[in-house]
Amino acid sequence: MSAPATGTTTVPAAAASVPMPPPRAVRGDDRRRRRWLRGVVVAALVALTVVFVYPLVWLLSASFKPRSEVFDNRLVPAHPTLQNYLTVWESAPLALWLGNTLVVTALAATAVTVSSALVAWGFAHYRFRARGPLFGLVLATMMLPGAVTLIPTFLIWNQLGLVGTHVPLWAGNLFGSAFYIFLLRQFFLGLPREPFEAARLDGASEWTLFWRIAVPLCKPAMVLTFLFEAQASWTDLMRPLVYLQDSATFTVPRGLKAVIDQFGPGGESQWEVVVTASVITTVPMILLFFAGQRYFVQGISTTGSKG
Amino acid sequence: MSTVPGAVVPGLPTRPGTTRAGRAPRGRLTARARHERNAGLAFVSPWVVGFLVFTAWPILYSLYLSLTDYDVLNDPTFVGLDNYRRMAADPQVRLALWNTLQYTVLQVPLYVVVALALALLLHQAGRARGFFRTAFFVPKMTPPVAVGVLLLMLFNGQYGLVNKVLAVFGIDGPSWTTDPVWIKPGLALVSLWGVGSAVVILLAALQDVPQDLHDAARVDGAGWWRRTWTITLPMISGALFFVTVVNTIAAFQMFTEAYSAYFGAGNSTYSNDAALFYVIYLFREGFQELHMGYASALAWLLFVIIMLVTAVQLLVSRRLVYYEGDQR
Repeated sequence: MSAPATGTTTVPAAAASVPMPPPRAVRGDDRRRRRWLRGVVVAALVALTVVFVYPLVWLLSASFKPRSEVFDNRLVPAHPTLQNYLTVWESAPLALWLGNTLVVTALAATAVTVSSALVAWGFAHYRFRARGPLFGLVLATMMLPGAVTLIPTFLIWNQLGLVGTHVPLWAGNLFGSAFYIFLLRQFFLGLPREPFEAARLDGASEWTLFWRIAVPLCKPAMVLTFLFEAQASWTDLMRPLVYLQDSATFTVPRGLKAVIDQFGPGGESQWEVVVTASVITTVPMILLFFAGQRYFVQGISTTGSKG
Repeated sequence: MSTVPGAVVPGLPTRPGTTRAGRAPRGRLTARARHERNAGLAFVSPWVVGFLVFTAWPILYSLYLSLTDYDVLNDPTFVGLDNYRRMAADPQVRLALWNTLQYTVLQVPLYVVVALALALLLHQAGRARGFFRTAFFVPKMTPPVAVGVLLLMLFNGQYGLVNKVLAVFGIDGPSWTTDPVWIKPGLALVSLWGVGSAVVILLAALQDVPQDLHDAARVDGAGWWRRTWTITLPMISGALFFVTVVNTIAAFQMFTEAYSAYFGAGNSTYSNDAALFYVIYLFREGFQELHMGYASALAWLLFVIIMLVTAVQLLVSRRLVYYEGDQR
């Protein structure tokens, strides 16, 4: 049953180097059975795809339904309306929230990408005695539960008078992040040394080596880091809950939580408003995924199997 | 496939013959080695600063805070081990721990098994693999707050789609979002919606399993089951272990989905005991009640628990996980 996966179909790069399997001693019955099994597999996958994608479609569809029909589970709204979007727009400062989130996300993702790349390059390219122990420490921080540092970190920003601003949501990213350092280091380690030695002989500074040679060569990994952090930053709820009190400063997930509290189970039970705000929170992430699909899937494959 | 985070440390890839090159006999460095060290330290310095300010100091400071009474407005007062004593007697701590444990024990095996099943299925899908992989991954992009909304709506006992579908099969679905018994299963089920990233990881591992192992086993008459158990699973055990550990740590820190569905933020104060997970309790104690000292003690207990669980998993993995090219 697993045989057709290689040879006849899209071969992953790693498997392409594997020699062709020996000719199989399967004929007739076995082949028919295999075709039948393939049919079952595809049917199961189609059914599962519906299960996985349907909630998103359901959410989108419900956002165009009047209140009385939100729960009717129809794929196409019986009485499609844009009223929910108008209501949400009027009852919540969504444009402001989206703007806030965009700024925070852009700063957070840019900061972590540049700083993590710097640090990763330091660990990948240079040899110094503290390198081993320091990198061990980097890996150790990956295991640290965020909840442990939550309160003291809050107190640091509080001491600096920055609680209530967006700074605590991204400024911590200026110092690199363990997971991305690990990821980018793997990529930097894959670069040949010769171009750097040659450039050094030509008098290039260490910064030039990094910024003009290493970074351009590892652009995919940089894009991946940016995308991962953009998603993490956009969807985060915990930190906005901790640091933002004024509704005007909210990010969209924090704003959505406020909408849930006002219109959801604890409030006025206007689910169509909650649904619509959820769609507005989610759509940018779906767009981000399709813009960087290649990077997401490849990146996760790499981190899992190499990590 | 060859490394786990913990295993990378000792074997830092160094080019043969260059590791200690340029170092003069007794610790003194040549000009070139000194230059290299300085450049390296300069590049890693942002992380060192960040580590000292945002990791090392917070860990130590939270240990100190856990021995105090502190409400942010007034200076901390030292109370010794009072917070820990209070924790031992706090029924809410017991409830939160019990809830978290139940959720973790339910969610992790479910999640890993489903991820594995989907990955095995996808592996058989041939040309369409890429399409289905995307379909499974897209839900992972949904912000967890919105997942909380979907949970409340799709799992609504009366009107929800889930129970409507169950009714088609003659099953009378439970009140997933209100019945204390069903709240954790509901959360665990909804977490499966985000199984996509684990599927991608496991699928990548499956594609790395050498085909000739399978061919040899098939020639010897091994069926699909047999080959899966004796070849595939051992060969991807590293990735399975990775997925299990990462997911266990995440389950222990369950916060956003449960919080957005069952707890009020800001001025809303509704709450749900059946969804009171450990980090939610910690968060409410720290930032809503301003019991920063007590919350720090709670954070330390969580830290210790997660370290213990991870250590146990690492020990178990020594016996069960096979790493290709492993030196051990």
